[in-house]
Amino acid sequence: MKKIFLSLGGLLLGTILTYGQATISPAKPQSAAIIITGATIHIGNGQVIDKGYIAFDKGKITAVGTGAAPAIAGAQVIDATGKQLYPGFICPITTLGLVEIEEGARGTVDDTETGDMNPNVRSLIAYNTDSKVIPTVRSNGVLLAQPTPEGGTISGQSSVVQLDAWNWEDAAYKSDIGLHLTWPASSRGGRRGGGRGLPVAGATTETPAERAQKALDALDSYFAQAKAYAEVKQPVANLRFAAMAGLFNGTKKLFVNADGTKEILQAIAFAKKYNLQMVLVGGKEAYMVADVLKENNVPVIIKETQALPSKDDDDVYLPYKMPKILQDAGVLYGLTGIGFWRQRNLPFEAGQAVGYGLTKEQALSMITLNNAKILGIDKTTGSLEVGKDANLFISPGDALDMITLDVTTAFIQGRNINMDNLHKQLYKKFSDKYGLKP
Amino acid sequence: MKKLLPFCIALLFVHFAQAQQTFPVNGAWDVRPGQYAFTNATIVVSADQTITNGTLLIKDRVIEAVGAAIAIPKGYVTVDLKGKFIYPSLIDAYTTYGVPDAARAAFGAGGAATGGFGRTQVPVSTKAGPYGWNEAIKAEMSAKAVFHVDAAKAAELKKIGFGTVQSLIHDGIARGTSMAVTLGDERDNFVILNDQAAAHYSFSKGTAATNYPSSLMGSIALLRQTYYDAQWYKNQKEEYNISLDEFNKTQSLPQVFEVTDPLSVMRAAKIGKEFGKQYIYKTDGTEYQRLNEMKATGSSFIIPLTFPAPYDVEDPIDARNISYEQMKEWELAPTNPATLEKAGIKFALTTYGLDNTGTFWANLQKAIDFGLTEKQALNALTAIPAEMLGVADKVGTLAPGKMANFIITSDNLFKKDNVIYENWVEGRQYVVGKLGISDLRGAYNLTGAGLNNITLNVSGTPGSYTLSALHTGVDSTRTTGTFTRAGDGVSMYFDLKGNPVGTIRLNGYITSLSPVTLKGFATLPDGSSTGWVATYTGPAAAGGGGFGGRGGGAATAAKTNTNVGPVIYPFTAFGNAEIPKAETVLFKNATVWTNEKDGILKNTDVLIENGKIKAVGKNLAAGTAKVIDATGKHISAGIVDEHSHIALSGGVNEGTHSVTAEVRTADVINSEDIDLYRQLAGGVTTSHILHGSANPIGGQLQIIKHRWGMAPEELKFEGADGYIKFALGENVKGSNNPVQFGATYVRFPQTRMGVEQVYVDAFQRAKEYKAARAVKGSNVRRDLQLEALAEILDNKRFITCHSYVQSEINMLIHVADSMGFRINTFTHILEGYKVADKMKAHNIAGSTFSDWWAYKNEVAEAIPYNGKLMHEVGLVTGFNSDDAEMARRLNQEAGKAVTYGNMSEEEALKLVTLNPAKMLHIDNKVGSIKAGKDADIVLWSADPLSIYAVAEKTYVDGVPYWDLSQDAAKQKAMKIEEARLIQKMIDAKGSGSATQRAGAAGGRRRPQYECETTEDEQADFVSGLGTQSSGKQ
Repeated sequence: MKKIFLSLGGLLLGTILTYGQATISPAKPQSAAIIITGATIHIGNGQVIDKGYIAFDKGKITAVGTGAAPAIAGAQVIDATGKQLYPGFICPITTLGLVEIEEGARGTVDDTETGDMNPNVRSLIAYNTDSKVIPTVRSNGVLLAQPTPEGGTISGQSSVVQLDAWNWEDAAYKSDIGLHLTWPASSRGGRRGGGRGLPVAGATTETPAERAQKALDALDSYFAQAKAYAEVKQPVANLRFAAMAGLFNGTKKLFVNADGTKEILQAIAFAKKYNLQMVLVGGKEAYMVADVLKENNVPVIIKETQALPSKDDDDVYLPYKMPKILQDAGVLYGLTGIGFWRQRNLPFEAGQAVGYGLTKEQALSMITLNNAKILGIDKTTGSLEVGKDANLFISPGDALDMITLDVTTAFIQGRNINMDNLHKQLYKKFSDKYGLKP
Repeated sequence: MKKLLPFCIALLFVHFAQAQQTFPVNGAWDVRPGQYAFTNATIVVSADQTITNGTLLIKDRVIEAVGAAIAIPKGYVTVDLKGKFIYPSLIDAYTTYGVPDAARAAFGAGGAATGGFGRTQVPVSTKAGPYGWNEAIKAEMSAKAVFHVDAAKAAELKKIGFGTVQSLIHDGIARGTSMAVTLGDERDNFVILNDQAAAHYSFSKGTAATNYPSSLMGSIALLRQTYYDAQWYKNQKEEYNISLDEFNKTQSLPQVFEVTDPLSVMRAAKIGKEFGKQYIYKTDGTEYQRLNEMKATGSSFIIPLTFPAPYDVEDPIDARNISYEQMKEWELAPTNPATLEKAGIKFALTTYGLDNTGTFWANLQKAIDFGLTEKQALNALTAIPAEMLGVADKVGTLAPGKMANFIITSDNLFKKDNVIYENWVEGRQYVVGKLGISDLRGAYNLTGAGLNNITLNVSGTPGSYTLSALHTGVDSTRTTGTFTRAGDGVSMYFDLKGNPVGTIRLNGYITSLSPVTLKGFATLPDGSSTGWVATYTGPAAAGGGGFGGRGGGAATAAKTNTNVGPVIYPFTAFGNAEIPKAETVLFKNATVWTNEKDGILKNTDVLIENGKIKAVGKNLAAGTAKVIDATGKHISAGIVDEHSHIALSGGVNEGTHSVTAEVRTADVINSEDIDLYRQLAGGVTTSHILHGSANPIGGQLQIIKHRWGMAPEELKFEGADGYIKFALGENVKGSNNPVQFGATYVRFPQTRMGVEQVYVDAFQRAKEYKAARAVKGSNVRRDLQLEALAEILDNKRFITCHSYVQSEINMLIHVADSMGFRINTFTHILEGYKVADKMKAHNIAGSTFSDWWAYKNEVAEAIPYNGKLMHEVGLVTGFNSDDAEMARRLNQEAGKAVTYGNMSEEEALKLVTLNPAKMLHIDNKVGSIKAGKDADIVLWSADPLSIYAVAEKTYVDGVPYWDLSQDAAKQKAMKIEEARLIQKMIDAKGSGSATQRAGAAGGRRRPQYECETTEDEQADFVSGLGTQSSGKQ
């Protein structure tokens, strides 16, 4: 615990350590230039600067370099000698802020709307900045997230938020960036094998593939109508089609959840037909069609490296190796975990791939610059480069490894955010009860 | 012979009069002598004896004489069978013949039976009458009470040579009695050979409405308890119970147990051993997968010939949905009968499970191609089932005094183009195909106006001809048609597809047999008529190009490729043909995490030998050991998972009752679970296989080692203490289950208040039980549930209790104090940090998640510092998985104790090694690196707590079950084997085999269990279907 409360040159004055969730307040805007010196700076694009400095003012990075930092009048200087400096992690495709208690408390669950086609539904306005979960995720370096609706075929629209805000308007980092589509599955998917007993001959006349084809035809018709709708001003508004207009003029992305090889190929062809900016989400079998993804410039957001292979016959480490396979194939790939609270493990999900071929900096890029590129926010964040937002944090050790991760100080848009959370508070409370030093 | 005359089956009802003494007759009595002499036949009396040129004399129902030189008395109808064969008619050892599906209803299900599987809650039987409490125990059922001759079904079986069957009611765990009946078309009274052939059992509760059992382990517990109840019932006067009464009455009969796979054979055998029963097993035909264990049961088997069809594999993407296991099973299934024969295992064959009994002979011939001897095949269809059913004195061989049940065939019964002509049942003739009829197969030259240049090819069998026509000339056309024969009349039609356009229909007669000549009138597509003549020119053409057609008889059948790959252990992906052996290895220069007072030793050697750690130290001598340079690498003890639900068959929860202390995960260990292997690849060597958390007192638990390939019994941790699962909180309250509208029964408890009372009540009863047993001994009904609880009171069984919030943890500690038992471990225990002092005072261990929270309300204050706090207070603290995925990186979970709370690395690793070993009382054998302990060790590429660490080698008892350096080669070998099997399937399809779609195979998904998985598993382990649930316990 001592490391968590390690004070850095009096800079943590804003972090008043009282114990009550309500007191974890969003930080005040950056009031003076800040220079962090002596750190090992992980840029996020693969580069590392040893003993480097970074300066930022009014929320934007003004200088990054190696050696002695330039003097800036009135700047606060943080000596981070021997420490690691990272761009804030970005967590795409998550229900963070949409769900507080997963089961048995439906009142806290706002991630799945009823109905099959909900392109007009927006996650941003349901994003709960007061969630107790958010500070626990932030504490592990995740500073931006993409709260994402789930369910149905078209689940709705997502936005990118920064994780230190009074309300969703403050939180909005880039609003309504895309729509989320779950591709109809043509095969059973999932794991195979293991079942014992003898096969039962297929009794139904309609094969799963035929069922899926029907669903695909319906989807195609839906998109054709939505596209036509967008071409002219309509006398009678259709909220759903109107919400899809951005897909056809390139202002919104289509995030497609698909895992199977066939489904991925179908989705790519579909995106091509309608000239959509597609992002593949999940893609358990993306490794089978990596060249097609590359050829069509379709990026992938891998869901979890810490997963079981989907088939008994698969390489037992296949999910661990997926990033390396996509890396070698030249595909743009990012990474997310699953759910909401589990996203605090995002750095470890990235680190997991290092034992299986990826370099540490490539693993870092997965959850920083690559995710930023895929979400279309790389002009302002994702790496520590001049002109971008000062979304960054300091850890004494390697932030992708659990035995060294320790986010002592973090900035979002230059604001020095409060690193306290419910868990630290309860830890303190019960350490006190037992007379232990946290 | 597999093709039967579909149009000519003349079912001749020969009305012999029965001396039906008790039945009145309408009109004059029609008593016939029924005396026949079958002469000049090759008579196969039994598998051991054949008489050439023999005579069979029958009178009415029985055989009078059989032999080579038998004088035929006057008054006998003589049938000359020169060149023909006589066999005893076949016996199907397992059918539901003549038992209507309604039989289940006839024996009554409860009033609430509408619920089926688990939807309506039915705690105890609602059936009217003095029956037992559980509807799955239906010992009172008897096939004879509902049997009725089913002429259509009998005809189907007689066509393929059967004359006698066992007939049972296929429903429930105890299924009552079956009978042996002939397939005669007579009054029911005359076909019954043995009214009580056997008593039947299974693990499937069938139509029983009672919720319990919902799992395989529940089925096993229920059956065991029933045996004990039945023993008690004999000596008591308190109650009358039809189910138990009948159960006792049927114990002297042969006992037949229907199971699915070899693992279930082992499970049933264990029950048999406990109660002195030698079951006959009716199986799914996969005994070859665990042959040694099958042999060791010493039992007889009834096996099906249900061989999987090859899969459609042309689409490589779809083919990926066919598992390695399915492919191997496809190839090896037909070897099963031969494999059992070679192993000296006694077995009978059955048509049971065949979608179409018409495939019986093709499959049997396939089994013969794969090495089953004809002698054994005949025995398995005659003498062996006769003996099993207690009717060896009546059927199975041809001997004077036995039933006149025999078949007349054209040839050796097992030859591929043999024809069964007649099937006699109890002296009554059943004609399959007319005897002495000429064989019309051959190639014919067709002539007639407008019919020139056409060649006809008649193939198939005399029972079922197939026709193809070839129009020769400039634009030659091949086409298939239809050929039908009725007596000497023939008709055929074919369409030459535009050459000319339309169908040509021919009708005619056999006008000569040497050479065969057919003559008649044809109707041409234009409506005109013409005469035609077809003259035999030679044998029928072989198959190919569609000419000759499919199934064109022996001449066209492709030679079966009998080269098969090896059986692998376990029978799934990554199984080995040979289970690896223990190695003597010296690891040089490693960083060794001893978990002993030496702490973490750098540049240290570890020597393993004979499955044990021999020495730990610097510069150890290698001797004969294989030396592995471990410079820069780390060695730790194998990971011990205190809370796992892998390697289970048929469900993780028997959550139907609040207390199910009688069920045991030990009964349902699944050695074939891929997760055993995947977790070895994450350094796990020992797992505690837990019952789920659906009820306050769950089942008894089993500690296993990950000995990949060994049989379930061999996975069990030798000499380990017995544990039991308790659970608190939301799961036992059922608070996250959907509320059932209008439900009349809701399982107690629904609140934490009720949970306390369940414990108090259960232990009160256990105490009384214990006291009563102490005084009255075995006069007290043995109760497996209370016995398990009494073991807890006696400190012989140890509790691991699923728990979350502090109030309930505190409650159970108080109940334990007041009732006089001890809690060994609180598992999950996410609020352990709030009551760590109380746990410490009671010496209770805490096994928790590293960082799980927010997945339900009772974990709203779960914190990742929990482990650190419990550890600091002085509890034996561990991190568990409860999840097949997390289990394979528990080392990283331990690393999170460093992230959250900054625990020392040495202590952090103990959270997943030594400390859980202590909780499980196995720390004298595993959990640390110390000379004398089991060689359960892991070689890591880096600091084992680090995200970057890879388990390079994992040893259990010195056996390298996981070796990263071999993994690529292993995967490659699997790919090669898979490619071979795929090619073989494509070939099989090419030669006309019907195929099945990938994914059509009964949805062979393997369930992965967590605490909360509560689906009714009954359907699953019977049909092979799996269910899955996601979400944390």
